[in-house]
Amino acid sequence: MKRTITVTINGETRSDEIEARLLLIHYLREVVGLTGAHIGCETSLCGACTVELDGKAVKSCTMFAVQANGRSLTTIEGLAKNGELHPVQEAFWNEHGLQCGFCTPGMIMASKQLLERNPNPSEGEIRHGIEGNLCRCTGYQHIVNAVRTAAERMK
Amino acid sequence: MATTAAPPATGKLVGKRLRRKEDPRLITGTATYVDDIKLPGMHHACIVRSPYAAARIKSIDAKAALETPGVVAVYTGADTKEVGPVPCGASLPGLRVPHHYILATDRVYFVGHPVAVVVAGDKYVARDAADSIEVDYDVLPAAADPEKALTPGAPAVHPEWPDNTAFTYHQEGGDIAQAFAEADVIVKQRITSQRLIPTPMETRGVVADWKPGDKALTLYSSTQIPHLLRSLVAGMLGLAENKTRVVTPEVGGGFGCKLNVYAEEALMSFVSMKLGKPVKWIESRRENYVATIHGRGHVDYLEIAAKKDGTILGLKLKLIQDLGAYHQLLTPVIPTLSVLMMPGLYRFRNVTADIVGVFTNCVPTDAYRGAGRPEATHAIERMVDMLAAELKLDPADIRLKNFIQPEEFPFATATGLTYDSGQYDLPLRKALEIGGYAALRAEQQTARVAGKLMGIGIATYGEICAFGPSPATPAGGWESATVKVDPDGKVTVLTGSCHHGQGEETTFAQIAADELGIGLDDVVVFRGDTAIVQYGIGTFGSRGTAVGGPALYYALQNLKKKLKRYGESALGSDDVRYEAGQCICNKTGKTASLAQLAGASYRALKLPPDEEPGMQTTFFWEPPNFTFPFGAHLVVTEIDRDTGRIEIKRYVAVDDCGKIINPLIVDGQVHGGVAQGLGQALYEQVVYDDNGQLLSGELTDYAIPKATMMPWVESHHTETPSPVNPLGVKGVGEAGTIGCSPAVVNSVVDALSSLGVRHLDMPLTPEKIWNVIQQGARA
Repeated sequence: MKRTITVTINGETRSDEIEARLLLIHYLREVVGLTGAHIGCETSLCGACTVELDGKAVKSCTMFAVQANGRSLTTIEGLAKNGELHPVQEAFWNEHGLQCGFCTPGMIMASKQLLERNPNPSEGEIRHGIEGNLCRCTGYQHIVNAVRTAAERMK
Repeated sequence: MATTAAPPATGKLVGKRLRRKEDPRLITGTATYVDDIKLPGMHHACIVRSPYAAARIKSIDAKAALETPGVVAVYTGADTKEVGPVPCGASLPGLRVPHHYILATDRVYFVGHPVAVVVAGDKYVARDAADSIEVDYDVLPAAADPEKALTPGAPAVHPEWPDNTAFTYHQEGGDIAQAFAEADVIVKQRITSQRLIPTPMETRGVVADWKPGDKALTLYSSTQIPHLLRSLVAGMLGLAENKTRVVTPEVGGGFGCKLNVYAEEALMSFVSMKLGKPVKWIESRRENYVATIHGRGHVDYLEIAAKKDGTILGLKLKLIQDLGAYHQLLTPVIPTLSVLMMPGLYRFRNVTADIVGVFTNCVPTDAYRGAGRPEATHAIERMVDMLAAELKLDPADIRLKNFIQPEEFPFATATGLTYDSGQYDLPLRKALEIGGYAALRAEQQTARVAGKLMGIGIATYGEICAFGPSPATPAGGWESATVKVDPDGKVTVLTGSCHHGQGEETTFAQIAADELGIGLDDVVVFRGDTAIVQYGIGTFGSRGTAVGGPALYYALQNLKKKLKRYGESALGSDDVRYEAGQCICNKTGKTASLAQLAGASYRALKLPPDEEPGMQTTFFWEPPNFTFPFGAHLVVTEIDRDTGRIEIKRYVAVDDCGKIINPLIVDGQVHGGVAQGLGQALYEQVVYDDNGQLLSGELTDYAIPKATMMPWVESHHTETPSPVNPLGVKGVGEAGTIGCSPAVVNSVVDALSSLGVRHLDMPLTPEKIWNVIQQGARA
């Protein structure tokens, strides 16, 4: 069963005819061609697929693309503006908040959301804020540092 | 062309805390992992897997699947019998190697065993069709527990070997009988190192692209070993290696589980060759847990003999290794590494070890971060703590007493290794100082009086890194590097290593930039495409920098010789030096830049005598020995009596990985290593039921650490250069994992020692600890 959806992605509005059962992550990756969000578990446990839907971080592996109809999405590809990295991206780079990079787009989106809700988080609040995103490489410590320094920078 | 311009400013980059060159693509979502590859005409494969651990396949009905619109093919074991078996690289004497077909033929041996593959133009269609395939199984009893599998009458995993024993292996050194005869005290303990699932955040994935016109295969795979994969997959399919290209895109974590050659890599190649179309297969997480190797899976029976003063005399080990149903690439080799590492950092020279490798109806085990060394270190460090408790010695003192001393290096161990260099007391003393050990012990006394369960745990570890001298490895232990200077003077490094998060695009650029006296941004490091990079071995066993780094260093030395010869030609003098990105005439002070020298080599108007055109060198470096990093971890815990929850109050890690090239990256490796060690110590555990069903088959049931589950790691270092290589590096990828689990368990056992607890097996879940506390209260 096909449906037509209209979505604004990283500021650009587009319409696509898609299968009703198409997952949002597959729509982004395979129809739109934005492969920054990744699939790590298909069960919303790992957070590698995290994107923003109307400004809220969501796990796009457990949403249908049709649920995004008429709404606005931001993906990792939409964070840098005019060649300038978002402060959270810059902080992940400076603080070595990533190794293999697979969880990183989702982790950055979750961190951005965390800082929007709480601009001055404690270490515990940072850990709590990103606990829906799994990283197997870093032990999270440099991610915590990255979120802290991004918070400083965004003040 | 010679000029007298001021030399370009260069800084010494090795040793600096630099952010990584590879990160911009990763933080912007523009990197290409294997699932991001889209080829024209690409089809998608979905694999049907066995839901049973042991069963005969009576029939497979794929009619509905084949009739599904969009499905182009279904293949079963009958179609793929001719494809070579999944390779085992081990060659232990008497090793029983079951024929490992890429798809099951008449029987399945573990839950997850691939039975059929469905190919369709759309992946949703492939998945639907796979669900419609009906496999009729005759279910058989399974052997899921390695110790039970060894008991008489246990179900035979492979009917031809009813004792389920794949191999036995014995190694000894010194005089164990005398050591035990002379002992004042002998401590015995059964210690397990539970099965773990490596869980890289990126599962495995393959795109196979057969070009019928060229009769050539390109295989994109998320692997740690592109060249070895090429050799082995080509062999499985009967292809020439020069018609087989492996491309390793960005790899989303490996931890050893991608140091392998898997059925699916050959299967997708087979499918692409049959259909003449590119075919993609991306492993789901659930598949990853039943189809990618697991790690650990030890049951160790240990005895340690010592004098009253704590001097360790000898160690006996009986090691039962859960192999799973098949040998993957290195499955039987892993426990032999445990045996090598059993003496730890200690001077005793009497060891005897017996391994029994046991088949079970489970996923094969193989290399997972540390691969045999965490198991060994956990065992010896637990035994040393138990010995200290028995003799009422301080755990720090007993270690200091038994360490190999700096003047004893190179030190020949009872297990046949030659430790390269070490000052084993340094990291321990540093950890004790940073932790404030004496004050911690005093605090513990006070806490105990107040009824609190506070523990202080120490573990020291040694590690075998830089795998390794070729005679000690199944497939060559060297590594390769090519350095090319393009006509514009920019430098490209092609490394045979295959980094996948370790940061060698940066650390190798630091090495090259320093040697050539150029900037970090003037160097590009490339890996992972067998059509472009000279043969290499790959990244595993903490060898990337420790073997790949020296290969690069020597390639750079040869390049500098070549540059100097071009410099002599350009400057018309034989008194020339290469320095800071240029050749300088010692007499006239005239210079020729790197770009000028490279340009001259390609223009080739005035070649130095007996010199080829072009500015490129390649070096294959054979390491003369392993390297042996070491360190000490100190962990302070407090246990909640009511819930059994363990809180880590302090985690001090002092690691000596030899010379440090980039401290930022080294800290990241330690943190990540500790996270995986802590995962084993506290949280992670593969659970199979008696029927061989994997109960911990998803991230819901298998607890890899989240951010809230990790303590702050106070990471420090000592630097003892290795004499094995010119960079003095030792390797750090696995250190954190190896040091962590014994330090944590020692700490928890210390906390509970007042309740009479002497040993606990991992993982130390709140439930386990709560039960121990209840028993202690009753006793």
